[in-house]
Amino acid sequence: MSSLLKITDLHVSVADTPILKGVNLEIRQGEIHALMGPNGSGKSTLAYALAGHPNYSVTSGTIEIDGVNITELEADERARLGMFLAFQYPVVIPGVKVADFIRHAISNIRNPDRKEGEGLVGMREFRKEIKSRMEELGMDVEFARRYLNDGFSGGEKKRMEILQMAMLQPKFAILDETDSGLDSDAVRVVSEGLAKLSGPEMGVLIITHHERLLEFNPPQYTHVMLGGRIVETGDASLAHDLHANGYAAIRERHPEAAADNAQAEAAAV
Amino acid sequence: MSTDVPEKADVEIGDYQYGFHDPTDNYEFKSRKGLDAEIVAQISEMKKEPEWMRQFRLDSLKIFESRPMPDWGGDMSELDFDDIYYYMKAAKEQGRSWDDVPDDIRKTYDRLGIPEAEKKYLAGVKAQYESEVVYGSLQEDLEKQGVIFTDTDSALRDHPELLREYFGKVIPPEDNKFAALNSAVWSGGSFIYVPPGVKIDFPLQAYFRINSQNMGQFERTLIIVDEGAEAHYVEGCTAPTYSSDSLHSAVVEIIVKRGGRFRYTTIQNWSNNVYNLVTKRAMAYGDSLMEWVDGNLGSKLTMKYPAIYLMEPGARGETLSIAFAGNGQHQDAGAKMVHCAPHTSSRIISKSISKDGGRSSYRGLVKVDDGADHCKSNVVCDALILDPDSKSDTYPYIEVEEQDVAIEHEASVSRIAEEQLFYLMSRGLTEEEASAMIVTGFIEPLVKELPMEYAVEMNRLIELQMEGSVG
Ligand SMILES: Nc1ncnc2c1ncn2[C@@H]1O[C@H](COP(=O)(O)OP(=O)(O)O)[C@@H](O)[C@H]1O
Ligand SMILES: [Mg+2]
Repeated sequence: MSSLLKITDLHVSVADTPILKGVNLEIRQGEIHALMGPNGSGKSTLAYALAGHPNYSVTSGTIEIDGVNITELEADERARLGMFLAFQYPVVIPGVKVADFIRHAISNIRNPDRKEGEGLVGMREFRKEIKSRMEELGMDVEFARRYLNDGFSGGEKKRMEILQMAMLQPKFAILDETDSGLDSDAVRVVSEGLAKLSGPEMGVLIITHHERLLEFNPPQYTHVMLGGRIVETGDASLAHDLHANGYAAIRERHPEAAADNAQAEAAAV
Repeated sequence: MSTDVPEKADVEIGDYQYGFHDPTDNYEFKSRKGLDAEIVAQISEMKKEPEWMRQFRLDSLKIFESRPMPDWGGDMSELDFDDIYYYMKAAKEQGRSWDDVPDDIRKTYDRLGIPEAEKKYLAGVKAQYESEVVYGSLQEDLEKQGVIFTDTDSALRDHPELLREYFGKVIPPEDNKFAALNSAVWSGGSFIYVPPGVKIDFPLQAYFRINSQNMGQFERTLIIVDEGAEAHYVEGCTAPTYSSDSLHSAVVEIIVKRGGRFRYTTIQNWSNNVYNLVTKRAMAYGDSLMEWVDGNLGSKLTMKYPAIYLMEPGARGETLSIAFAGNGQHQDAGAKMVHCAPHTSSRIISKSISKDGGRSSYRGLVKVDDGADHCKSNVVCDALILDPDSKSDTYPYIEVEEQDVAIEHEASVSRIAEEQLFYLMSRGLTEEEASAMIVTGFIEPLVKELPMEYAVEMNRLIELQMEGSVG
């Protein structure tokens, strides 16, 4: 049975300001969903809330994986249940080597009951695995010895996110603008990388403004977010349409959400 | 390696009680408490020292008595000079029983995987660390090359001419109150002489000859690296070192002659009752390189500012230090670089971590004498504060009497960023693991300079310190 990520009437506030106002979404393992929407509509907020960021508080509604309510779980517990977020802005961790970090992370994920200091994934098999994954993503193996995201270019950071995803093999992956700020070569590498990794074992939510990532990873569903709600859902052609024609028509069809969004955008400036 | 690893709970290195005592009847000799000329003379007599040393001690005592307590640095109001034994000579087998060692210290040793013999030494159960057999052949090798590596008391007996020439020359007793105290009552410490051109390619460790003479309250270390010679000395230990003595005041004097290279690495982790007030200074001559690598954990108050005097053109000095201040601890540490000659350069990298209400201060001085043109100095100090109860402050002093110099100073204070924690946790690390990883990363630039076994222990220790502390 394929797993199900189910989001029901989700309301999320940041610093007491309501941002998400009732999001409903179901993603099955093996499916690809695109999430689009203008700036400030709440896409990243949804991504953080799903991953369990402590500053994004769920005021009502639920997040479930296979019927288990994970709304109150810490980020690490969710990760162990198969949740993964590729960050829009990956965080720099000085002095922590990529390889050490990933080895620790996959050990926790693959062996959730391990005692501290025990049960680390074997060094030799780990090296082999990370090396082949890096090669697939066209990454210099030297990166494994570098400090996590420290001094990385935008493209290198995004590739590092995909590498982590490849190593952690999550059930549900959310990619928050993994393709933005990259040159076209880098977008291609990341898109192909994702295409290789996704499959029947992974449900993917792709947050994007661009078409390239979706070309390589055609979505079965496209959702449009506006003013903290998902206002429309369609198939891949909706994504094409939005790319070609923008959000004017959507705003017209959903004036209330559009007003909320305009307010949020104004507040953000 | 120990196999009996205790449960994760209740081990908190910074917090252990120092509840065990030395049996008092186990000393061959023990001076009465307090300090006066009679006691100082008695110490010298017990050690059968030459007259000049006896006089040096007595003169130093006068200087100690005439100096006020420093009114800066840490709080020393609880330090009572009259309540201290200044000299104790242990009987052959020091008799603290293993059963007297508090459980939590033993557990910590086990968790760090400290070998049995070493554990007993650290806990004060054994006065002598059984290393002679292991290191015997190395020692022989060194002797063949003319290297002298011994404790300072033996050096005074066996190499009086070297001691006469160099002892108390880098740090005279007039330097500060605690240097004067050490000069009056010193005992133990290491003496090293490396002859011209001799390069020792493995670190000389205090473990070599650890014995009751070597590690004490008032150690006195003197190291002379002759022209073109190279060496690395490592002292201390990352495991918590229990001491029933509340005051430790060491003096370390180093001379690196023309073209020589020397690195002095210290890792100290005293129990929470200890005032650790250390004076360390090196003089670096033409084209030489002197490096201090200094890690301070534990203690109640540590005041330590390793200094390098750059005496001749081409001399370079570098100090790397880490301080970890936990509950009830104040680490007042830093560095001092004095550019006495033109074309000299120095670098200070200082990192501190404060946690559970601990306080760490960086105190540093860069001084450029008149005429010392074309000097370069670079100071970087970073502080990481782990919770709102903890503190960090920075006291950088720069005194420049010369125009043509380049001095850079950067300081940063950071708290563990929520975004860093969340990022790591979203990959499946627990909050404790994530914090430990961030802290380990923070000190990594320094830890990678340590010898392998120290680096591994240091990281392990940080993990232990971080356990159960967050949340
Ligand atoms: N950490 C935050 N602090 C304050 N406001 C935030 C924070 N994160 C998001 N917001 C606000 O929430 C709204 C939605 O933002 P976001 O989810 O980033 O939108 P999107 O990713 O769709 O551009 C915006 O008004 C933004 O200003
Ligand atoms: Mg966003």
